[in-house]
Amino acid sequence: MPVLSILLVRLLTTAITLAGVAVIVFFVIRVVPGNPIAMMLPPGATEEDIARLSALYGLDKPLVTQFGIWVSGVMQGDFGTSITTRQPVLDLVLGRLPATLELSIMALVMAMILGGAAALTGTRFRGGRTEGAIDVANGMALSVPDFLWGLVLILLFGVLWPVFHISGRVTPSLDLPFTTNFYLFESLIRLRFDLWADIVAHMVMPALALAIPLAAIIGQLLKQSLKETMNLDYVTLARTKGYGETRVILREALRNAALPTLTLVGVQFTFLIGGTVIIERLFSYEGLGNMAIDAVINRDLPLIQGIVILFAVIFTGVNLIVDLLYTVLNPRLRHA
Amino acid sequence: MSFLSIRNLSVRLKKGPPLLRRVSLDVAAGEVRGLVGESGAGKSMIGKAVLGILPPSIEVTGGEILLDGVDLLRLPPALRRRRIGALCALIPQDPLTALNPSHRIGPQITDRLVDILGWTRADADRRARELLAEVQIPDPERVLRSYPHELSGGMRQRILIASAFAAEPKLIVADEPTTALDVTVQKQILKLIAGMQARHGTALLFVTHDLGVVSKVCQHLSVLYAGMVVEDTSVADFFAAPRHAYSAALLAATPKYTDPSAGLIPVPEAVIAAVQAEVAAFDRSLADG
Repeated sequence: MPVLSILLVRLLTTAITLAGVAVIVFFVIRVVPGNPIAMMLPPGATEEDIARLSALYGLDKPLVTQFGIWVSGVMQGDFGTSITTRQPVLDLVLGRLPATLELSIMALVMAMILGGAAALTGTRFRGGRTEGAIDVANGMALSVPDFLWGLVLILLFGVLWPVFHISGRVTPSLDLPFTTNFYLFESLIRLRFDLWADIVAHMVMPALALAIPLAAIIGQLLKQSLKETMNLDYVTLARTKGYGETRVILREALRNAALPTLTLVGVQFTFLIGGTVIIERLFSYEGLGNMAIDAVINRDLPLIQGIVILFAVIFTGVNLIVDLLYTVLNPRLRHA
Repeated sequence: MSFLSIRNLSVRLKKGPPLLRRVSLDVAAGEVRGLVGESGAGKSMIGKAVLGILPPSIEVTGGEILLDGVDLLRLPPALRRRRIGALCALIPQDPLTALNPSHRIGPQITDRLVDILGWTRADADRRARELLAEVQIPDPERVLRSYPHELSGGMRQRILIASAFAAEPKLIVADEPTTALDVTVQKQILKLIAGMQARHGTALLFVTHDLGVVSKVCQHLSVLYAGMVVEDTSVADFFAAPRHAYSAALLAATPKYTDPSAGLIPVPEAVIAAVQAEVAAFDRSLADG
């Protein structure tokens, strides 16, 4: 019942949020200077040419009318046609979505593993040199933004010791038998480990660049709450039962300490998805973010709108998942 | 031979003042010893030292804690932990914080039986049901499946008592087990602990600041002031005629519910000055040699 009511409330607030996002993105990108039609036509096109093409895309109508046309289309699942590629926006966006989802989730998993390991090790050896070293590493990871980590990784593992691919999502010469765009996932399902290894070798660096700052945040916060939890009465009681330090941390403290971290991971994960825009550009990774930058450069208004709406859907979805997870992990919230 | 024998135990804040000053006391098998003193006298510290749960900011500077003849302080940490886990248990002070909020009650009672002592899950579950019945919890099945937040403070303290007796320890440290409870529940819980102790024949180190409690459950008693044992005596002797002036003042300060008009009697300042002088003299004698 609580899960259901959370879902209902969330669906309603999500609808309101998306409506707001739709209004803002539609009008803001039309206020910003730059005419998409002028970008499409070769230099020296006449005013008449521009006017004719504008009429073709409905850009000559009043703004409010354009908005009405767009919204009614969206309601029916038609997000319009990309001005630059002349393909349906929905097809383009959904075609790129799997690439960005796979990259973000891989980065999130990496961040949780790295951050979790740092926090657990730091707690296990708290008060000593190991914890000090972990704090220093955390501080470094946190003070450098993701795209700079991307450059550092390219230098290290793309140039000095070239073990990973620095560009693209998969080696272009490979033959892909895939029916979906979830390459990483589908290659596993099809047991094509050769392809899987190639895809992973392309994803490791962009994912790691996204993961490092988030790992540092997770590591710091989780270690802090683990250390606080380790002083609580029920942990002390568990010690008297004969359990060793590691087991006490993992079984008694971790679950309770993970709750505040989880909320933060939800918020930070949306920042991470935002970070894919630049990271995908840096690694020429064919995802949504890379497409978004092209769309903005070309003033491809329908495509920009589609991408922004999709990002908004992802963000609210992530927040919903975090809230549901929180209820699962914290029994005190289940009956509330 | 005493089951627990503490010899000249000294404990201090790391690079700070002493918290226990050469404390010695014995608890024979099946015996109940009370540890009394005002807040900060170090009574809980003794229990923590025995159970190996002193905070990291505190260090043991000398003495022995002989548990069944083996000095715990000389054992390597892993062995010490296992020995304490097998022979001792703790009844904590605050039942509201002593149960893990994200685990069900059942595993919190049975985990040590299964993980440390190697019982089968079925045996451990049966044992948990028996124990909950013994501490008079109605509907043990439901309680074992509950989370701590679903139960009252009194229920949780009963569960913690049941859990402490689960592995039939030889020694239980009860650290002010009734202080955090409602007055109406305190009496029941006290009776419960005394009854369980008698039935199971467990030695009990009972930390409290309440001399009324001591008179009901303890046979022996150590009075502490500033980490020093000022009197070590049988409960009968103590209530008949305390030997130390501080003990006598402490006893006189116990509120008497039969005569509310008497009000509260503080420990006289002269007595405090005298016992503080005694502590200072003790510290000097240690420093001299």
